[in-house]
Order: sequence, then structure tokens, then C-alpha cells
Amino acid sequence: MYMLRIMSTLAWRNLWRNHRRTIIMISAITIGVWAMIFMTALMRGMVNEMVRDGIRALPGHVQIHGRGFLDDPGINNLLPMKDEDVTASFDAAGFDAWAGRIRVPAVVTSERDSRGITLYGIDPVRERDITFVAGDIVEGRFLEDADDSGVVIGRKLADNLETELGKRIVIMSQDPDNEIADRGFRIVGIFEARLEAYETSMLFAGKSAIQKMLNVPDRINEVVVLGDDYRNVDPVVRKVTDLVGPGVEVLPWYEVDSYLGTMMTVMDGFVLVWMIVVFLALSFGLVNTLVMAVFERVREIGLMMALGMRPTSILLQIVIESLLLLLLGLLIGNVLAGATVYWLRDGIDISVVAAGMEMFGASSLLYPQLTAHDVVLANVVVLILGSIASLSPAWRASRYDPIEAITKV
Amino acid sequence: MTAVTCIELCKTYRQGDQEIKALDHASIDIGEGGFVCLSAPSGGGKTTLLNAIGGLDIPDSGEVWIAGKRIDNLGKGELANLRLHKIGYVFQAYNLVPVLSARENVEFVMQVQGVPAGQRAEKSMAILKEVGLQGLEDRRPAEMSGGQQQRVAVARAIVSRPALVLADEPTANLDSKTSDALMELFVQLNKTHGTTFVIATHDQRVMGYAKRLIKMLDGRIVDDIDQQAA
Repeated sequence: MYMLRIMSTLAWRNLWRNHRRTIIMISAITIGVWAMIFMTALMRGMVNEMVRDGIRALPGHVQIHGRGFLDDPGINNLLPMKDEDVTASFDAAGFDAWAGRIRVPAVVTSERDSRGITLYGIDPVRERDITFVAGDIVEGRFLEDADDSGVVIGRKLADNLETELGKRIVIMSQDPDNEIADRGFRIVGIFEARLEAYETSMLFAGKSAIQKMLNVPDRINEVVVLGDDYRNVDPVVRKVTDLVGPGVEVLPWYEVDSYLGTMMTVMDGFVLVWMIVVFLALSFGLVNTLVMAVFERVREIGLMMALGMRPTSILLQIVIESLLLLLLGLLIGNVLAGATVYWLRDGIDISVVAAGMEMFGASSLLYPQLTAHDVVLANVVVLILGSIASLSPAWRASRYDPIEAITKV
Repeated sequence: MTAVTCIELCKTYRQGDQEIKALDHASIDIGEGGFVCLSAPSGGGKTTLLNAIGGLDIPDSGEVWIAGKRIDNLGKGELANLRLHKIGYVFQAYNLVPVLSARENVEFVMQVQGVPAGQRAEKSMAILKEVGLQGLEDRRPAEMSGGQQQRVAVARAIVSRPALVLADEPTANLDSKTSDALMELFVQLNKTHGTTFVIATHDQRVMGYAKRLIKMLDGRIVDDIDQQAA
């Protein structure tokens, strides 16, 4: 304890012997830590936004389908239970939000053009809490109920079809007997999504209307459930699995949309790599500072050893000096990063590169997201790697021969 | 009981192609409470002998015994422990830790020894008063004269009451008045505390204070004079 106190005192005072060098080094650590935390917060914010958008673009947190639906997402892969049975059991289970759908590939035709789309027969009341569409209507209205005879299409699709609000379109798909099923609908609403792909590929209609059109009354092929947190969907998966039994496929969002799932996993790895890369750049300065500090104090180190200080204590003293530098840099860096994230809490407008960002499924407004995990990770990386980096100069100092060191000019 | 025994110490350094015999079969015995000066011209081996006695330098051959314990075969840690608890060192250049005040420099050894803060403060203040530095306790080395710094170094060497104090040219950087004051302090400490002093010097006036004068040349002991008898 006494040793620790004298070593800490020496380390602290030695730091400020060359205050300019110390301040420069602390500034470098501060900037490094700030960059680690802030850039990670930006990346986290971007990925979270992409995942949230992705989840709001229909996958929900958990999806239930007939087995093999993802490989053949058509009308032949209906859920084995009836729509009303699903409603009864899912309502009773008390999920935050859930909705049953019928989803099939279809062709939409206007007076001028036709396009391939994914047709969603939805219950608009339930979908309001799950999908983005209700909130993104820019013209007209959202669907009112499952029997609504109108459709809602994306702005881009409307442009492609050269049609508009109030006009009629024809939707054509296949019924379970592989017969053509088609029906005319009137466009009652146009939505604009953050991603152009959503606007061109999705078309929403009332669930009952589509069931009638496809000749599958009271049947659906997709149920979507929303839990509390997309990062923790396993409890929801378990609950749903218990509810529906073994005959169907229950998948978390990251398996439904493997691109998003992979992105989350890659992001975690990337954050660690990013932090280590920043630290490596930083470590050169740190090691150089410590080498210089040791080199300037060869005589003192020799003196302390001559007076009876053990080599391990010398080593520890240099490591403590490095830790103090790191702690100061971490403290300021953490505060700065936190302040920056707070300052930018309303989002950073990156609309200049919005088109490029959309390719990755991100929006033009970035919200940095600071997580305790990332802050702790950055601090731990800096402290552990910093201590390891300081071992080399500390080891060198502890190996000095006291007589040679003390007579060094 | 003897404080220091050196038996047939040999130490050779290489300087380029040349071999220099720093110690050449040097043997001495110093009793407890002794006040001994090692005198030699530059390169005569006195500092090497002093360092061998202090466990800072390991001889090529021969034996070094301190207070009845052989030390030339000890490891680095054990030697550090020996220096910490049994030996006080005064170096030619004052060799204080520049970031510590006079009191903190004096307390340094005690702190490493693990002496509680209260005792440390009491002892350091008393010893600084004894060496005439009362009122300068909080000054850092850069704020003190050479004589004052050397007295702090002496205070540091004797504060934990080591049985043996080794001083290497302690007056080399001091004026004559300060040198005399320092030597009188050594004499007084030798008398009052019974501390054994071994001082390497080529200063005739310092030699005058010693009870015993050991003369060296080319690493050999060439004369051993009991100055009290003389």
C-alpha cells in the first residue's frame, strides 16, 4: 500500500515534469477515445436505424409461416390453422403487437404499364403498430379495415405505372389451384418510404379482400409479432413456439432478413476492430512518450534501485504512469464523446449522400447511439492495450543496472 | 562483530581491447562502528569496492560479507532488500529525486520499507533538523544549494538507522566549508548512533576525519592505517 502510494505520487509528478508532452499525449488519447466512442455511436445509430427500418418494413420481431414458406413464399404455403383461430390464440397470449397477413407475389397493371410486386393483404388496424406504411401516407388515406376495397401503393410504383391516387389498377396472382386470380382495386393511398425499394415493390390491400380474390377465405400465410426489443427476441420466439406448436416455422427477424441479421453481427465485430485500429495508432505515441520519459530518468531509476527499490516496483511505476495518462485521456474523451452525442441527439443530416446511404438501407438522418456496452468496450480496450503497450518501456526501465544508470550523464 | 568483510575480491572491466583490473584480490575487514576512508587515485578501485560492499556490483571472484551474511551470491531482489534495510548510500552527485521535496526524499526509503506515515514524518523532520535543514523540508532539490542537497542525501541515508553507510566522494561537489560541515555530521552520527561509515574519497581533508584509512592502487589494497593510533 505504501509502495503503491509512493509509486503513484512519483508517477503523477513525473507526468507533469514535461507538461507539454503530457498534454499532447493526453490530447491524443482524448481524440482517440472520442473517435472510438463517437464513431461507434454513429455506426450503431446507422445500423440500428437500418434494422429498425427493416423491421418496420414488415419482418417484425418474429414471423410465423408454414414450413418452407421462405423458399416458396406463395399461396400454397398457408398456415395450417384458420385465421380466426390464430386471432383467438394470439390475442389471448397478450403480445405487444401482432398481425396476420397474406403475402403473395403478384403483378399490378395500370392503364399504361405493369410491374411485379409483393402483395400484402393486411389488417390495417393491427398493422398500424407494426409497419411503417400507415405513418408514411403522403396522399390519400391508409386502409381502414381488412375489408377495405382500396389499395395503398408506393410513390415510385405509382410513377412507374403512370397512375395516381383515385385511379384503378388490376392485381393479378395465383390461387391455390394455380388458377389466375385477379381483381381491380382503386388506389386510396400513396406512401413514400425512406427506401425506394419499398415504394416500388410493396402493395397493400385489405386482408379479407385478398383472401376473397385468392379464394382462401379465413386463411393466412404469415403472422408477425412485435416484442419489446429487437435485440432480445428469443423470449418472444419461445413464447410463439409454445403457442403454435411444431407444425410451423417460427423465425426471429434476423433469420427472416439475414442481411440485417448479418449486419448486426458484423457491426459488433467491426466496432472492436475499429477500436483496436484507433488504439494501435494511439499506442505509438503512448509508447514513444513512455520511452522518452524513461530515457530522461535513467539516473533516477538507477538511484531508486540503488536505494533498494525492486525492479518490479520500477516496472509498476512506469505502468502506473501510463495508466494515469490513459485515465486522464479516457475521462476527457468519454465526456467529450458523451457531449457530442448529446449535442447531435436530434440527428445528423447526411442528405448530401442520402442516395448512397439508401443503398445500405440507411436513412438520410443519422442518430448517434451511445450504448453502455460500447463505452465500456472502448475504455477496456484502451486500458488493457495501453497497459500492455507500456510494459515494453517499463520492462526496459526495470532491467537497468543501478550502477550504469546512476552514472549515466 | 565485523560490519564488512571482503575476501580476495577481483573485478575486471573491459574497455575496448583493454582489460582493467578494478579490484585485484582486495581483502578488508571493517568492524561495527568503524569510520573508514578508502583512498585511491582515480581508477584505483575505491568506488568498485564500495559498490561491491553495497551489493550494487558483483565481483568476478571473492566474497563479500555484511553483518555476518554473504551477499555476493544473492539475487537482485535480495540485494535490493539488503540495500533497503541495512545500507545507507550517499552518492557523489547528490542524486535526489527531483519531483520530491526534501522531506519526501528523506521519507522515500522508509516509504519503500513500509514505515507508517506518522512515523515517517516524525523521523524525517527530526533527521532534517539534525542535518541543519529545518525550515527547508518542503523545498524541492532544484530550490536548494549543493550542500543542502547533499545533506538531504545524508539524511535519507541515515534516517532509517542503517548499520552501514557507504559514501562515494560525498564532498566532491561541495566547497570546503560545506565539506567540513558534512564530515563533522558524519563523525557525530558515527559517535552518537554507532553507524559504520565507509567513505571513498581522494580528498585529503576527508581522510583526516577517518579513524582508519585504507589506501588502494590499481585495485589492490596497498596500505591500511589506523589513524587513531597514529
